[in-house]
This record gives sequence, C-alpha cells and structure tokens, in this order.
Amino acid sequence: MGGTAKEEILARLRREILSLQGGQAFPAEEAWDIGLDLGKGVFPGNVFPCGVIHEFWCAAPEEAAASGGFITGITRVLMKKRGAVIWVGRDVFPGALSFFGVEPDRFLFVRTKRLQDTLWAIEEALRYEGLAAVVGEVEALSFKASRRLQLAVEQSGVTGFILLRSAAPPSVSASFARWRIRPLPGLLDEALPGVGYPCWHTELLKIRNGKPGAWKIGWKKEAFCLITEEPRLFELQAGNRKAQVG
Amino acid sequence: MKRYVSVAFRRLLTDWHKRKNPLLREVPFVMAVSDHGRMVITEICPEIARQGIAVGMTMADARALLPELKMVEEEKGLAQRLLEGLAGWCIRFSPELALCPPDGLIIDASGCAHLFGGEPAYLDHIRSRLGALGYDVRLGMADTIGTAWAVSRFGKENAIVPVGASVQALESLPPAALRLEPATLDRLRKLGLYRIGDFMAMPRASLQRRFGSSLLERLDQALGIREEAFIPVKQSVPYQERLHCLEPVRSAHAIAAALEELVGRICRRLEKEGMGLRTALFSGFRVDGKTVSLSIATTRPSRSEKHLLKLFEPKLSTLEPDLGIELFSLEAPIVEMQNATTGKLWEVFGKGDDAGLAELVDRIEEKIGRKTVLRYLPAEHHLPERSLKIAGAYEEKPQSPWRRDRTRPLYLLAKPERIEVTAPIPDYPPMNFRHGNILHKIVRADGPERIEQEWWLRDGLHRDYYCVEDESGRRYWLFRLGHYSESRKPVWYLHGYFP
Repeated sequence: MGGTAKEEILARLRREILSLQGGQAFPAEEAWDIGLDLGKGVFPGNVFPCGVIHEFWCAAPEEAAASGGFITGITRVLMKKRGAVIWVGRDVFPGALSFFGVEPDRFLFVRTKRLQDTLWAIEEALRYEGLAAVVGEVEALSFKASRRLQLAVEQSGVTGFILLRSAAPPSVSASFARWRIRPLPGLLDEALPGVGYPCWHTELLKIRNGKPGAWKIGWKKEAFCLITEEPRLFELQAGNRKAQVG
Repeated sequence: MKRYVSVAFRRLLTDWHKRKNPLLREVPFVMAVSDHGRMVITEICPEIARQGIAVGMTMADARALLPELKMVEEEKGLAQRLLEGLAGWCIRFSPELALCPPDGLIIDASGCAHLFGGEPAYLDHIRSRLGALGYDVRLGMADTIGTAWAVSRFGKENAIVPVGASVQALESLPPAALRLEPATLDRLRKLGLYRIGDFMAMPRASLQRRFGSSLLERLDQALGIREEAFIPVKQSVPYQERLHCLEPVRSAHAIAAALEELVGRICRRLEKEGMGLRTALFSGFRVDGKTVSLSIATTRPSRSEKHLLKLFEPKLSTLEPDLGIELFSLEAPIVEMQNATTGKLWEVFGKGDDAGLAELVDRIEEKIGRKTVLRYLPAEHHLPERSLKIAGAYEEKPQSPWRRDRTRPLYLLAKPERIEVTAPIPDYPPMNFRHGNILHKIVRADGPERIEQEWWLRDGLHRDYYCVEDESGRRYWLFRLGHYSESRKPVWYLHGYFP
C-alpha cells in the first residue's frame, strides 16, 4: 500500500519536472503509441515525447532522407489524432510519403528560400495548435532560434521536427531531444535480390530527462521494428552477382 | 429646385445591333417580333422609312417593297437589360438615374448642369457621348419628369424648358406627350382636343368625369403640382471605407490605428451581409499628392478583424508616410459569400478549427510570398516530376489513390545530377557510381523500372530507373537515359535519395 502511494507521488513529481522542462505531461492512458519501444528510461515517462522539438542532425542528404523517413513514420501516429502536417522544406517528394502509411494530401508543403523565412514559417506553424506536427529543414539553428521554437511548442503542444542539414556538428540548442539517423543496409528476409526494407542506425544524442542511446530500427509493413540481432551479411549475395557477371 | 433630363432612345435595339455587329451598318434591316404567325416590324432605321416601310407593317409587306431587307428578331427583355446597362454608364452625368421603359432614361440633373458649363452644354455633352456609342437620342430638360419626357419626345431637338415654364412648353404639345392610355387619347381626339393647351384650362371636375383620374394625375405631374416618384437605379456600393485625418499623420502608431479602424468598419459591413473578403487594398493619400498602398489576399473569404490585421502587420512598416498621410482608404475588390466554403477544409484534414489553418496559410503566404504553401495530389503520369499536381483548392481531394506499389525517393532532386557509372552489362544495375568526389560501391539494387517519355506531351528518351544501395546502406535512385548503343555511351543521372 505504502509502496504504491510512493510510486504515485514519484510519477506525479516526474511529470511536474517534465512540464517544467518544457515537455508535455501526458497522462498514462493518453500515451502516444509510436510503435517504438526503445527500452525503459529512454524517454521521460517511457512515452515518446510529443509537444516538444526534436532535432535531427543530418550531415548528408542520405541522412536527411533517412531522418525524413523516420519522422514520417512518427507522424503517421500523430495524424490519427489531429489533422494536417506542415513540412517546410525544398526537395521533399510528396509521393514518397505514402510508403510510410500517411496520405500525402494531408501534408502542406511550404517552399521557402531564405533561412530566416524558413525559421519564421516553422515558428508560425508551431504556434498553431491545430496541427499534428511541423517538419522543418534548416541549414543552421542558433541557440536563440531553437529557444524560440521550443517556446512556441510549449504553448501549442504541437510536435516539431527540425532537420538540421549541415555537415558541421550542431551547437548547443534548446531542443528537447537530438537525434542522428544514418542509413544501414536494408532488411531482407532471405538472401533475396533487391534492396529490402529501410533500416537505420538511430542515435539519440541527447534528451531531457531521458537516457541517450543507439539502436537499429527498421521500417517494415508500415511499422517500426527494433532490430536486436546482427543483420545478415550480404557478401554472399554480392559474391553471387560477381559470379554472374563473370 | 429639381431639374430632370429625359433621354429618349429613338432606336435603342437597332442602334445596339449595329454597334454589336458592324455588318448590319451597311444593310437595311428592321427589328421584328412574331405575332400570330406573322413577323411585325417594331423598329426601323431612318434610311428605310423613306422607302415606305413603317413600324407595325408585316415583314411580308415590307419585303415586297424592299426585297433585300434584313430582319432581326427582337429578343424579349433585351431592351430592359440594355437600359439597365446604359443607366450604369450614364452615372457619369449624374449620380441619380431612373429607368423609363421601354426606351428611355430619366436623369436627375439637379445641380449637375453647371459642372458641364450650363444646361445647353450639358445636353450637348450627353448627346455627343451617347452618339459616340452609336445611340441616337432625343433629350428634353424640364422641372418635372413629365414635362421632360414630353419635350424629349414631342418637342424640338434638345429642348430645354426654362424654370417655371412647364405650362407654356406643354400647351402646344399633343395629348400623347402626357403618357396617357390609348383609350383616353382616343376619346380626346374624338372630341377634337389635339393639343394639351386645348383642355389644360378646363374645369377639373368635368375632366375627371369624362377622362378619369389618370389624365388629371399625369397633367399634375407634368406641371409639378403633384410629386412623381423617382426610383433611382441602385448602384452596387463598393466595399470601401475612408478615414479622413484632421492633420496629416506620420507615426507608425497612428497608421496602425487608422488601419484598425477601417478594418473594423469593413468587417462589420461584411458581417451584416454574410460576406468575406478575398483581397484588400489599404491606401494612404499623402500630402505630396502621391498614394501609397498595401495589398493582402486570403485563401478563403474572411471577415475576421484580428486575422486581417495580422496579414497587414508585417507590411505596415513599408508604408512610407513621407510628409504625412491625410486620407486613408481600405477597399475590398474581391468579396465572396463566406458560408459557401466553410467547413470543407477539415473534410480533408480531419477534425479541427476550420478558419485556423486557412489563416495560418494566409499569414505564411503573406510573409513569404504567394503560392509558397502547396498541397499535392496524385496525377496520372509515370514520370516522377509529373506524377504530382498542385491542389488548386484546399478542399480538393485526390481523384486517384496514392500509389504504394512503386518506391519513390523521399528527396527528389529538382534537376537530376550527372554521375559516372560502371555497369557490367546492358540492363544490369551498375557496379559503382561516382557522384561528386565520392565513389559508391553498389551492393544491392532493384530495377530496372522503365519509364517512357509520354510522347503525346513531349519527345525524349526513356529512363531506366534503379534503386541502389551502397555498402554502407545509403540508397539512391539512379536512371539511365535511353538504350545502350554501339555509337553512344548512355548517360546516367542521380535523381533522388531514399530513406
């Protein structure tokens, strides 16, 4: 009896601390099931944090594509509750989003040219509480700008995903979490030809009130899948092809 | 003191047809209307009248006199429509105009003539302007509508009846000038009363007994004893609000206050009429005679003060007051019914606040530029750059489902980039490719997916697309343009990045 009371108090206090730190305190029953269980203690309250800014460092276009895929997979769940997603970026191909189980016509794309316009549009969109999520692509994110974005989501409760497309490592920011997602050889059930399902080396570089870490995550049949064992090596297949060529 | 001008179109329909169709200017033609299976002439050109053709003749008789006579059938209601249009055009002569069917207009000219240099000049001006349009008119000016009507049709050309001289002007005119019914006119003629002057002085009681009250009413109206209703044509009031300043305004704060006041006024009017504005123009008239203005546009009709002010806000600082602005105006050139489209947005996006998203889009477009917030729908084309179309309206839904059977890259390069490729044998995926300075060794690949140029749209070579993965798992979308051939090395391009 005494034990449960203590746990409840602890849980309440954790939620309070979380909200003070800019995260949203979700009651357990409203927890968003992102379909991604990365282990205990990784996310505050063991729930994927929504209503905060997630920053993705993308050092190359390949990483941006991987991050974009990962984000789209998350918005699939977020869009079940709320309406539209705004994507501020230049080269996204909407037709590709349907692979992640979302309807691309529910995305609004903002095509900006200058960094300051991009940041302004992201912030303005984040302030509007009727959106499922806002995805923004920027070349640089100063501490001040990241703080503005984080403050905007703390009021509206919209989840923001910022793709930081710069080769240089990011500086200090006020974002709630920072990720880096790099592509890995795809998942194949057998040594079949083809490229298989996408697979990413997902690093959680920092998170407030959580525990950073690194995982192998794949996207298969419209859901995330956590890969624990070493994926199959493909030298065999490559060797096969060489034999064919010869 | 009132002054009226009566405009009588001699041949409204004929003139209009000549104006519309220059071919008719050269040939003799008449307007006719079908009556019990015969075509009866209703309007003729003056040239034809000399040849013995008159209004009321049947078409067959007229053709016997003039075989080459052309006929145009009269369209019902056309005269009324023409008069309404002309009334709108004649607003330049006076703000108050009334229709006088079937063939005239009444202009309330009180206090207007001196602007054109006196009454004769005023009438000359009206006549020449209408004449330039191709309309032959007779004009009459008098104190009352009745007298003006009478002199324009039965008096001299451009007859001006001096103030208080209606009695003298009417005396010599026939009774028909009083707009009487045919039965009354008949009776007057039988009694030998051929001019208005013949019965004007008769005792009123006997006139009433013999001809009914309508004769007295018309006579009184013409003489100004009885008021005649003047029903002006309603001009649509533009959505415009003005704000005069007591002193020229220079400060940003004052300009913002003026805008707020004007937006408030226009929104209240829109609210009353159930409308919303799509575009608005805020202008400041400066002391130095120049006009500075800002414009905004919304994606759907809006009458929300807060929202409209927010759209103007980022631009307000660009309005240069210079020495000061003495008059502000706010116009809404495009206004639409508001209720027609509301609620549609969230049929697409799911539940939510309808106006909120539209307002967000407006704010972004106003700041960054028009057509920067886009929504895409699938299009039935195979080439990736053509497989999407921009949705015109936010409520537009996909006509065909999104395809999931073909993998497409998340990032598609706007312009495919040239790469150098080593491919083992034709139609096999490449072994490696060089993009920039980096050599990618390809481990796995899917493809080829051949996409032909749509020859009915554009000529060009087909593309063979491969989805390839290099040794570290990075995925690319490459294509080869055209076939392999002996003479020509095929060109390869990088077109996108897969997640």
